[in-house]
Amino acid sequence: MSGDGLNERSGRGEERAPSAEKAKAGARPINPSGDGLNERSGDRPTLKSGRAIAWARRRAALADFVRLYSKQRAGVAGLLVLIVITAATVFAPFYTDESELRAVNAPGGRLESPNSTFWFGTDEVGRSILLQVIWGARVSLQIGIVAAVLAVGLGTLIGMTAAHFGGWPSWLLMRLTDWFIVLPNLVLAIALVVALGASRFTIIVAIALTSWAATARLVRAQTMAIEGRPYLERAKALGAGHWHQMSRHVLPNLMPLILAAATLQVSSAILAEAALSFLGLGDPSQISWGTLLERAFHAGAISYGAWWYMLPPGLAILFVVLAFTLCGRAMETVLNPRLRGSR
Amino acid sequence: MAIDPTARVPAAPTGAAGTSGNHDTPPGVGRPGSGSRREFLRFLGVKVSGAAVSLVLVLFSAFFIFRMIGGDPVRAIGGDAPMTPEQRAEIEERLGLNEPMTVQFWEYVRSLFTLDWGTSYVNNQQVTTLMWDRLPNTLLLTGTALVLAAGLGIWIGARAGWRPGSFFEKSQVGISLALWSAPTFWLGMIVIIVFSVQLGLFPVNGMRSGRGVADGFWPQFLDVSHHLVLPALTMAAVIYAQYVLIMRSSILEERGNDYLTVAKAKGLRDDVIRRRHAVPNALLPTVTLIALQFGAIFNGALLTETIFSWPGLGLLFYQAIRVPDIPLLQLLFVFFAGTTILANLFADIIYRFLDPRVRGTS
Repeated sequence: MSGDGLNERSGRGEERAPSAEKAKAGARPINPSGDGLNERSGDRPTLKSGRAIAWARRRAALADFVRLYSKQRAGVAGLLVLIVITAATVFAPFYTDESELRAVNAPGGRLESPNSTFWFGTDEVGRSILLQVIWGARVSLQIGIVAAVLAVGLGTLIGMTAAHFGGWPSWLLMRLTDWFIVLPNLVLAIALVVALGASRFTIIVAIALTSWAATARLVRAQTMAIEGRPYLERAKALGAGHWHQMSRHVLPNLMPLILAAATLQVSSAILAEAALSFLGLGDPSQISWGTLLERAFHAGAISYGAWWYMLPPGLAILFVVLAFTLCGRAMETVLNPRLRGSR
Repeated sequence: MAIDPTARVPAAPTGAAGTSGNHDTPPGVGRPGSGSRREFLRFLGVKVSGAAVSLVLVLFSAFFIFRMIGGDPVRAIGGDAPMTPEQRAEIEERLGLNEPMTVQFWEYVRSLFTLDWGTSYVNNQQVTTLMWDRLPNTLLLTGTALVLAAGLGIWIGARAGWRPGSFFEKSQVGISLALWSAPTFWLGMIVIIVFSVQLGLFPVNGMRSGRGVADGFWPQFLDVSHHLVLPALTMAAVIYAQYVLIMRSSILEERGNDYLTVAKAKGLRDDVIRRRHAVPNALLPTVTLIALQFGAIFNGALLTETIFSWPGLGLLFYQAIRVPDIPLLQLLFVFFAGTTILANLFADIIYRFLDPRVRGTS
């Protein structure tokens, strides 16, 4: 979605001239499911089936979203950074030599400072820092994204269940959610990784298990709001079961909110992965930004004054986390009219 | 990590949730005045029992998490030195590892009441002794960082929220988000390399210089303060962001309220309106949110103490992870989690005294 959105946006910016219309469009709250149809139905007078109407509505909502998102300058900047970093990570095998990551193939000398061959210097066995940062992105981003998706998925499931069924299961689930919100989650994640053994898989599980709670609370509140709407009453009257109500009516309405939450969650997950790896709980066979910093710390980079060993991985984390945060905040602002103009 | 940079004032996640979303407040009647004492006791009962359930959950999970442990505790004690089966059996006997799980659990529950948490695998000291020895150091570090971060953050956040869209507001939000995005331990490493290694202004790590410092109170005090500067600033920098962002959005929510218009109509100066009228009201939701983020402080302490070798609970936890030293990890886990739960309970109760509106409606 993000790639298309960018192209479309640059095209739209030019053709939108009349400022009165702009103001009007800006003031209209975006609603992923409703509205938008009336104004746009003039464009396509031959809507036939219910499905076509639904799709037209979704397209209109998406266009609205893209238009409003493109006004968030910080969000656009974050998106651009993410696109560049993703491209650099995906195409890494085409412009770098992976075999130089192994200590025996190290091309440089020990702890060389930045020079024309090694732009960011070398580590304690002579490997290029830049190369390791580029390849480390794969592990850090993968763990961050997978853990965030799992956490948000779990949070959505629990939040929806709690809101839909009510009664004592809901009470129980919300007590559990409160418990997880309150606990220091890095401490809990460390305990889990220590118990399960350090590997990429256990890190993902530990991060996901300790960070779903905020999403659950958000989703629960929003589900309760959606369930009060008349179309759900209609669906119930027509005999829709729990699954149908949830999957066809509630979840599509929650989706934008969930996407924004997931984007923000990625930044927390990347930070958590870095912290766990730094504490020596990372997968020893993998290079990630966190393990790079751990090695720098234990190889005595501080007392040696090898700033080039620590600066690149840390800045990489900072930029990626900031980019995800900016994107997530921009998405939230677009989705929540109350925040617009205030940030 | 626990800090959520987007955390906003309660009850406004995405609009619409207004009437039904607030699950924390029990469905009560809005009767200010009469029966408020009984209602307060009921409120207290709900909160205290909730916290008690959470604490019990922590105690149970501590047992189960650390019994799942992958490593071999016996080897952790013996090191890599070869060991005869008899020695091994003796250690297992001493640790109670040869008992069935149910017996171990019973022993664990009993140890909770006798406050005997066992001895460390590493140096045979009581783990509770180790903890109490280190606790003051952690309190010193986190306390200093917390006061710095909260004081400065709330002040800056209030000013930023008062003028939305201004350069000051935008730059402060930008700085906060950037600080939030930086890994704590990395920031610490950079700070050490710049200020200690290159400039030589501060000690590289530790809490005291050891030799070369006179005995009396003041020399010691100055020495510890000198060591405290960098770790406290690093930790404050990372938790600072959440206070700025929360206070800013809290002020934003207050803006446009009638009482501020009235204050303005009375001809009060702008910064008097902000300081005397808007900030006290905006502080209320901030208190709750800060309490919710309390766990983040332990996360920060853990990483900061590790980088600076600050002899506190965080460093103790880090050293215990590397072994792994199960009794110590278990105790510290319970301590961190339990403190957070109690702090939240405390904040809930304080909030009721601070905000008369909550007293009336819940």
